[in-house]
Amino acid sequence: MIEIKGVHKSFGDLEVLKGIDLDVKKGEVVSIIGASGSGKSTLLYCINAIEAINGGKILVDGVDVHDKNTDKNQLRQNLGMVFQQWNSFPHLTVLENAALAPQVVKGYSKEKAEEIATKELTHVGLGDKLHEYPTKMSGGQQQRLAIARALAMDPPYMLFDEVTSALDPELVGEVLDTLRLLRDDGMTMICVTHEIAFAKEVSDKVAFFHKGLIEEMGTPQQVLENPQKERTKQFLSKVL
Amino acid sequence: MNLFTPISWNDAGFILTGVLNTVYISVIAILVGTILGLVLGFARAEGNKAVNMCLGGVLDILKSVPLIIQLILFSTFIGAMGYPLDPFVAGSIILSLYTMAFMVEVFRSGFDNVPHATKKAARSLGMSYWQTVRHISIPIGMRSVLPSWIGVGLSVIKDSALVSVIGYMELLRTAEQLISRSQQAVMILVGVGLFYFLISYPLSLYGKYIERKMTR
Repeated sequence: MIEIKGVHKSFGDLEVLKGIDLDVKKGEVVSIIGASGSGKSTLLYCINAIEAINGGKILVDGVDVHDKNTDKNQLRQNLGMVFQQWNSFPHLTVLENAALAPQVVKGYSKEKAEEIATKELTHVGLGDKLHEYPTKMSGGQQQRLAIARALAMDPPYMLFDEVTSALDPELVGEVLDTLRLLRDDGMTMICVTHEIAFAKEVSDKVAFFHKGLIEEMGTPQQVLENPQKERTKQFLSKVL
Repeated sequence: MNLFTPISWNDAGFILTGVLNTVYISVIAILVGTILGLVLGFARAEGNKAVNMCLGGVLDILKSVPLIIQLILFSTFIGAMGYPLDPFVAGSIILSLYTMAFMVEVFRSGFDNVPHATKKAARSLGMSYWQTVRHISIPIGMRSVLPSWIGVGLSVIKDSALVSVIGYMELLRTAEQLISRSQQAVMILVGVGLFYFLISYPLSLYGKYIERKMTR
């Protein structure tokens, strides 16, 4: 379970998160929507300890993420993260991309790491691309590689940061299909997304961020179909 | 009796010594320069302002003072201090440092070329800082600098001729001695020039080939 309690985060004078409370239970899919600059992505970075926080607490399975005694590398193994830009490792083949972390971080043998990587890559539909270089592939394929690369570490949680935003429109579908696949596997996921229809379809919970605060949160039906707050209505009328 | 004797096959061994000594000192300078350049280049790319200021100053001196002056100053200074060094040792030290000064910039730009986001992705997989350096920054950064690394290596091979001024028996100095004996300057210098060309040209072709391959 991920517990976010009163989290504050500032960049210099700019306060990006102004007290965020959010719980994500095992097996839940939570979507975070909101305008650019509302702090959605920053929250993911704080959960993954890529960014420090200025107040509050984030617990992952009871472990305080920002405690200075917490082993961040150990922690990140439990939090698979996929970014807006896929960030493939250009010097490695598709298979090596996904097998690197299990080998280096978990100390698995090359054979075992490649076996796991092959399984995850096949799962996301890249089973026929194992020995190609990612730079030769489409953005959609590279994004699926990034998902498989994160899955190869077998994390109990996955964080998705606007994973379809940098893609050409015709490639968005294949990546969303991959996310649906993970939902069906029972993966716990936090998705920062602009794909409202997708959020409505897959989420157990939707949180609408506005200026560093959660303005409205609830089931997709509550937040997306029957919003109570004026700002939520305004936002949805703009994006739908 | 003739004071001068023309060069003959008997001089082959002597010339070969010169060739080997040139290759020898060049390989040492490139090897040491690359290792030191890699470490200091990393320090420059990742280090803070103070590190960069200090390093930058020293490197600027090494890069801007002509090599021939560095060689003479160093061997004279060491000699005057009462520790005369073998020309080979003195030459290796200075040529290595000179090579290092250029290699630092080569590797620094390599490390600067590794996108921050790629490193962040590696860290998000649970890789530590040094694991990321080892498996991401070094392989990606080094690939992009191979052509300029070859470029620096080539100029070192040619610059190694200057070590002759402090008495190291490399190719140019053996050639000078043969010239003073045989007075066949043109022929010998053409031969020496040809030798440098035969080493350098294939390497520079290879560098261009890699560069083309990478920009594709």
